Amino acid sequence: MHNTTLTSPQLDAIFAALADPTRRAILSRLASGDASVNELAQPFDMSQPAISKHLKVLEGAGLISRGQDAQRRPRRLEPKPLAVANEWLERYRKHWEGNYERLDALLEELKTAETPKRRNTRGKKT
Amino acid sequence: MTPTTNSRALEISTPSDREICMTRVFNAPRRLVFDAYTKPELLTRWMGVMPGWSWVVCDIDLRVGGGFRYLWRGPDDFEMGMRGTYLEVTPPHRIVSTEQFDEKWYEGECVETVTLEETDGRTTLIMLLRYDNQEVRDSVLQSPAASGMEAGFSNLDALLRTLER
Repeated sequence: MHNTTLTSPQLDAIFAALADPTRRAILSRLASGDASVNELAQPFDMSQPAISKHLKVLEGAGLISRGQDAQRRPRRLEPKPLAVANEWLERYRKHWEGNYERLDALLEELKTAETPKRRNTRGKKT
Repeated sequence: MTPTTNSRALEISTPSDREICMTRVFNAPRRLVFDAYTKPELLTRWMGVMPGWSWVVCDIDLRVGGGFRYLWRGPDDFEMGMRGTYLEVTPPHRIVSTEQFDEKWYEGECVETVTLEETDGRTTLIMLLRYDNQEVRDSVLQSPAASGMEAGFSNLDALLRTLER
């Protein structure tokens, strides 16, 4: 739990951004290097405005940023928010795994508590 | 990574883009699992008691239209709370309730359905969370964490592996 700096609206924005397959594909593409809007638009067979719309969502979620080159304005992946989002999901899973392991222990205890009653009916005591 | 061969493993799936389903098998009859889920003195012994966290409020009014209120306190006095209303209560088989965290992880409400199936003294617990995103369906920035969680569970691992290369 070393990074809990993201607020829930920020997490919402990240998860919402990741919910779209095109945007996930854009992130994967950017993982192999910075790319301009034009370069990003080509493999997706989408218009530049459509891609720009997706980029705006990704940028709003902090998942990408713009490079220095004023001409190309290349987009760059910002991996940190993604890692934080993943950490959050892992915590969610771990949270429930922890809950259910404690429930296992409690259920064993409840079952054991019931057993002596049955033994008593057979006249056996410990 | 996590072995799935273990029958007690927690399975998480996403039946639709609005739902999350968790399945877990317990080695106990379902009336005990039902009790552990619905009696405050039992629920407070397992749910949310992570290291550093303790229960502050656990109120359960187990009837249709009744409500529940949970509040935990964690490190640095950070509090996490949730509340909801029971829509269906069928002991020891099914509980349907709304639920909402005090801190909004998602837009709108979530409906939780807990189903308990018993076979040979073992209970399969199925927890289905259905998120409401009618209003925000077309508005990507407002779409709930739930849809992102689908992306999370099914794609984020793969995506992260790509990024790590």
